[in-house]
Amino acid sequence: MLRFSGKNLSFYLLLTPLLLTLVLLVILPQLDMLIVSLRERISYGEYTFSLLHYQEFVNEPFYWNTFLRTAVMSIMATLITLLLAFPIAWYIAKIAQGRNKSLIFLACLIPFWVSELVRTYGWMILLRESGVISVFLQWSGLASGPVEMLYNDITVMTGLVYASMLFMVVPLVSTLEGMDDSLVEAAYDLGASTFTVIRTVILPYAMPGVISGCIVVFMLTLGNYLTPTLLGGKDSLWFTEQIFTQFITRFNWEQGAAFGVLLLSLSSLIVWLGLKLSGQSFKKAVAS
Amino acid sequence: MSRSAQKFHRSLLAVAVLGASLSLSVQAEELRLLTWGGYAPQEVIDQFEKETGIEVKVTKSNNEDMISKLRATRGAGYDLVQPSQDRINGAQKEYRIYKPIDLSKLETDHFIASMLDATKKNTSVDGKVYGVPHIWGTSGLIANSSQQNLSFNDLCSDDFKGKVSYRLKRPTLIGFAFAMGEDPFAAYNDQKKYAEILGRVEQKLIQCKDNVKAYWSGGDALINLLRSGEVTLAMGWDAGGWKLHKETGKINFVAPKSGALGWIDTFALPAKGKNDEAAYKWINFVMQPEIAAKITDSAGNFTASVGAENYVSKALSNSYKISYNQASLDNIKWYPPVPAGLEQLEGKTLDRIKAAQ
Repeated sequence: MLRFSGKNLSFYLLLTPLLLTLVLLVILPQLDMLIVSLRERISYGEYTFSLLHYQEFVNEPFYWNTFLRTAVMSIMATLITLLLAFPIAWYIAKIAQGRNKSLIFLACLIPFWVSELVRTYGWMILLRESGVISVFLQWSGLASGPVEMLYNDITVMTGLVYASMLFMVVPLVSTLEGMDDSLVEAAYDLGASTFTVIRTVILPYAMPGVISGCIVVFMLTLGNYLTPTLLGGKDSLWFTEQIFTQFITRFNWEQGAAFGVLLLSLSSLIVWLGLKLSGQSFKKAVAS
Repeated sequence: MSRSAQKFHRSLLAVAVLGASLSLSVQAEELRLLTWGGYAPQEVIDQFEKETGIEVKVTKSNNEDMISKLRATRGAGYDLVQPSQDRINGAQKEYRIYKPIDLSKLETDHFIASMLDATKKNTSVDGKVYGVPHIWGTSGLIANSSQQNLSFNDLCSDDFKGKVSYRLKRPTLIGFAFAMGEDPFAAYNDQKKYAEILGRVEQKLIQCKDNVKAYWSGGDALINLLRSGEVTLAMGWDAGGWKLHKETGKINFVAPKSGALGWIDTFALPAKGKNDEAAYKWINFVMQPEIAAKITDSAGNFTASVGAENYVSKALSNSYKISYNQASLDNIKWYPPVPAGLEQLEGKTLDRIKAAQ
């Protein structure tokens, strides 16, 4: 029997908000989604149990093609973000000193003071056919006609990497800061090349940060809606867009819910595979 | 229970009662309107508030969003909504989100009789009327050229390669079907035939996907594309075309050869609306010709109000006259109510077009 007194009581009181959020805002809606996804409409307001909407996903190539495309592009975006963010994080954690350090960190943070929508529209103003870059290229004589830089995969990728930069830099900086510089010095003293130092000393040490950064960025990118839709144009095709369309424009909540459940399980699977392949445990990554 | 605790409870009760009565009195003075952009201009809202003391809260939306919102709350959250007339019947049968309209509370003389009758017929479920007409308009082409003789097929022509925009929504499919010589409305109740027509439209739209600059999703986005010259031919609403005509003098709305697609946006009462009286007052208020003309000036579309055209601004009626003559007016294809199941078919067609590379 639970006895709510003293220390015990305060523990449960402190835990309640967390539990309530988890149950009411995460677990219950997910369960409801699962239930909705497992029913089929037979007539006006009449439903029956069925796996139809999951079969639909398997049978229609363009649904799982879209999912595959989303997953591959998200993985690519995660890797590119990692490659770009690592040197920055290294510079912030190890090389920059005092004011410089906080300035660079601030520079990474500032874009996130405006909303994602505004940032994406910023890209659109720069890249569109009648936009800033196109006009500049024509003015300087580098291009003879208007240049359209929107509505292709490279633009989408740029937008995604830009949007997730911070979420990679922060965990990397915090792990790298904890690293003892003498480890690197010792490796050099023992005659290791720069590449060997990075591969055998720095990377293994930073691995928990890399993994947690990658998980966050991958999940954010996979679940992104605005950037691919606005920058991708007619060929954008993002899985979250499919979910939105099913719910809002097609009124097909059952199909949308099935996609939602699939997105959750498939992305969890990809993260799990990534952890297995890199030999890392989720626990360690979360702890970093 | 100790005395202080009792006191505390009493004061809590008092606060609760006060709160409840306050919220009641607030509700009585409020009309929550879910509508399209431009359908409730501030000037009209202010005048209504001055005359009736009812505060109007406007939420802007579109057809799909309206149904989704009402479906999520089973018809609560708003007192008056404005879906298109062809989208009421199916949504009502499926989700029961509306309540019938009491026509005796409306000044029906203010409505254009033919439009009122057509809307009543199309929005009836089990003999009860769920919608009355407010604003009507058409979808057709908006062209940045002096050519008047255009068809939806021109969206696929090489003359406009890479300079075309349309929505990936059902009007596009229906417009193309008409342009290809089919009659999709006649096939509404024959799913097999309808699927066949959709198949042909799908093929055509995938073939000429290269022509498309971008699929637009909001009226403002389309107007931007056309204004900047990035798009020169688009499928869009007449109001957007007339707005651009007023601004540029060159871009204008063109009724396509196969006929523009006509829609009527209605007034409907959500099932759990709390202030029907205010809703009826609002409908009667905005259907007066002078007020209706103000809404026409703001929305860019004409209303079902008798005599309102006499009060509409000159510029708009000029643009209108360029776009329409009697023949093209008679050729407007009005949307019949959408039967259940069709939107599933269309949805998949649209998904496949979007996914095609």
